[in-house]
Amino acid sequence: MDRRSLIRALGGAIVAAAALPKLAWAAWSSNAMKAGESTAAMNELFGTADVVASAEVKLKAPEIAENGAVVPLEVSTDMPAEQIAIFVDKNPSPLVMTATMGAGATGLVKTRVRMGESSNVVAVVKSGGKLYSASQEVKVTIGGCGG
Amino acid sequence: MAKTIRGKAKAKNGLVDVKLLMKHPMETGLRKDKDGNPIEAHFIQTVEATANGNTVFSAQFNTSVSKDPYLAFSFSGADKGDVLNIAWIDNKGETDSADVAIK
Repeated sequence: MDRRSLIRALGGAIVAAAALPKLAWAAWSSNAMKAGESTAAMNELFGTADVVASAEVKLKAPEIAENGAVVPLEVSTDMPAEQIAIFVDKNPSPLVMTATMGAGATGLVKTRVRMGESSNVVAVVKSGGKLYSASQEVKVTIGGCGG
Repeated sequence: MAKTIRGKAKAKNGLVDVKLLMKHPMETGLRKDKDGNPIEAHFIQTVEATANGNTVFSAQFNTSVSKDPYLAFSFSGADKGDVLNIAWIDNKGETDSADVAIK
């Protein structure tokens, strides 16, 4: 390959790489997401279900959710959080979401979730390699998983 | 997929507060159509937020995150004028990404 065609080939490769939206995605935690029960989901996600209830974990959830399709939840902590996960015990797959705190992220996640029926909601914070939780019962008037 | 991501990122007291809305059906796979046929699951699986070359926050969603997912978080290490890139990928491999200016 002469110099000119080499440069052309390299240029093409750079353009192709720049056009890709993203090179690598972290693997989705399929086993934990598909687990049918909260303890099993925690074991899959964290390798343990050894969770200590802690007042350092704050879970903001409505006591009564009229519409189970959109239940606003907020999890926060002042502990240095590595990961925050949310479980709805009575959903077919309890693990709703898990967030990983990257560079500089504070211990905060807000989102909206679906609840099929009234259930205990558990927020788990991983801090210093240990798991801490807060939980709250949320009453659902109309289930949000459709039928 | 284009323009599914709407976001706001505000710098205040050394922290950037981020609020995101992503337009997506978030089909659970549990619903049925009028004729009783199951509707295929179609949902965002992973969301990543990158600023100044660092992944500042990432999340994995299950089918139980509400339709048109809302996500809020905050982080330090960026300021007004910086750009926060948000990207998602769903279970069908569809993706979208958008730059959100930090204000």
